Amino acid sequence: MTKEPASHAYAKNLAFRRKKARVFKYMCFAASMFGLVFLFCLFYNIFSNGLSYVSWDFITHFPSRFPHKAGIQSAIWGSIWLMGLTAIFSIPVGVGASVYLEEFAPKNTFIKIIEINISNLAGVPSVVYGLLGLAIFVRWIGLGRSIVSGALTMSLLILPIIIIASREAIKTVPDSLRYAALALGATKWQMVRGHVLPSAMPGIMTGIILSISRAIGETAPLLVIGALGFVPFNPKGPMDSFTVLPIQIFNWASRPQIEFHKLAATGIIVLLVVLLMMNSIAIFLRYKFQSRK
Amino acid sequence: MRFSRLRELPVHTFLFLSTLLSVMTTVAIVFVLFKESLVFFREVSVFEYIFGTQWTPLFKPQHFGFLPLLSGTLLIALGSAIVSVPLGVLTAIYMSEYASAHIRSWIKPLLEILSGIPTVVYGYFALTFVTPLLKIIFPSTSVFNAASGAIVVGVMTLPMIASLSDDAMRSVPQNLRDAGYALGATKAEVSANIVFPAALSGILASVVLAVSRAIGETMAVTLAAGATPNLTLNPLESVQTMTAYIVQLSLGDTPHGTLEYQTLFVIGVTLFIITLFMNFLSEFVLRKYRQKYD
Repeated sequence: MTKEPASHAYAKNLAFRRKKARVFKYMCFAASMFGLVFLFCLFYNIFSNGLSYVSWDFITHFPSRFPHKAGIQSAIWGSIWLMGLTAIFSIPVGVGASVYLEEFAPKNTFIKIIEINISNLAGVPSVVYGLLGLAIFVRWIGLGRSIVSGALTMSLLILPIIIIASREAIKTVPDSLRYAALALGATKWQMVRGHVLPSAMPGIMTGIILSISRAIGETAPLLVIGALGFVPFNPKGPMDSFTVLPIQIFNWASRPQIEFHKLAATGIIVLLVVLLMMNSIAIFLRYKFQSRK
Repeated sequence: MRFSRLRELPVHTFLFLSTLLSVMTTVAIVFVLFKESLVFFREVSVFEYIFGTQWTPLFKPQHFGFLPLLSGTLLIALGSAIVSVPLGVLTAIYMSEYASAHIRSWIKPLLEILSGIPTVVYGYFALTFVTPLLKIIFPSTSVFNAASGAIVVGVMTLPMIASLSDDAMRSVPQNLRDAGYALGATKAEVSANIVFPAALSGILASVVLAVSRAIGETMAVTLAAGATPNLTLNPLESVQTMTAYIVQLSLGDTPHGTLEYQTLFVIGVTLFIITLFMNFLSEFVLRKYRQKYD
């Protein structure tokens, strides 16, 4: 008879605990949906504001004080120039460093320090890279507020990301491949060039594309080195002053008039489409890479 | 054999120099930031900088107290943590404990889109969507306010917490969960009382990283939070973060060598030290409190 109330209490408590468990589950579910709902609101807000200005003229016109005449031609060319030069500077150095760390580096304290240093560099805020670029490239070397200064700054910014991604890709190459090459008398570099790099290439390419797409959206360091907000001409060479898509967007978004906000949204649509294309290529490469393994 | 080795020397040198560049970058950052800052501190005392409550370098009388910028930065960083930590951790619990592999393979990439969107886009969204929304709820909200900046930065860093915490919780061995179930615990009790504490080191490390990223975040807070160095704890007012100050000064024409120009680097070095400290802290938390189950 004494057992009855205890099990009764347990049963009552169990019902409560089950209820709590259900509520908890729904809370977790709601939390994961929050991010997705936010993403939806963001896209909806941008497309509903920006679609009205989407036109061929928007792509081919230069920035203007009059919203209906304004376009992003100079910003697009600026972004293309900047990204091209950034790729030229950062890819060989980034891949080179990762090859060195994975294939050639001895295991000692110095290399350990370099590795810690690279992961810390990846955590340095991007404005700080802007200050570095301002002091070294713009002032000290005297490249001025040019595309080259911007590209060099951007290269330093994305180098740690390229190195980390490329090292991951090189790590997945099986050692048997290396031994086979070495056994046939290849030198270390012949082994790397002929076997390791080709089979790590899809992974490396994915990392490079993702870092470049990060650089395309990056604004702060370029503002610090002095990229301009209003550039009504296309850059002719690497020493010209420039603007890029996100800076043009920032410029429009920071004006009070609602018309310019709509232009900013249109600029964002273009930027997002470019990023979407680059990410699709990266996902495609990753998929191909995985299915081949 | 020897010939080909000799021929490869330039290649080896290039690879080594590429690696060395990362060290040179760090040295250059430290050198540049400290060099300009030292010139600044010859004019302004460190005491005034750290404890001063007014930041007005751009107009007379100039004051160089960095506390208003610090409070603006902290308001954004802590506010973003209020958004990102509960949502990120609960999302991680959902992904690692509840969601099927199929649902997880949808949610995770979708959330990662959030961290791939350029920050200037978040700034635009804060300005044109979040702030008007806040204004409906709190009519006293100003056009530029810390709250909208904190919310979007919180969402921006949410995927980082969700993803890293998910990894940490998934590496908790299954037999710990099974032991909990064998004792009659519900799934929520297992998740909250067994898996969560067991993965705490990874979760905390991800939180510290997210806060560090929020401190260094620039464009979203510049657009959303404004440019008023304001020693306040009211999130509905306009504030200025350290990063937003750097942008504000860069947009104007500041002659090289002036005290205003050097404030860029002083704020830069402060930012660099704070984020570096946070990154080391995250690493430390991960190492020190990691539980091993091998």
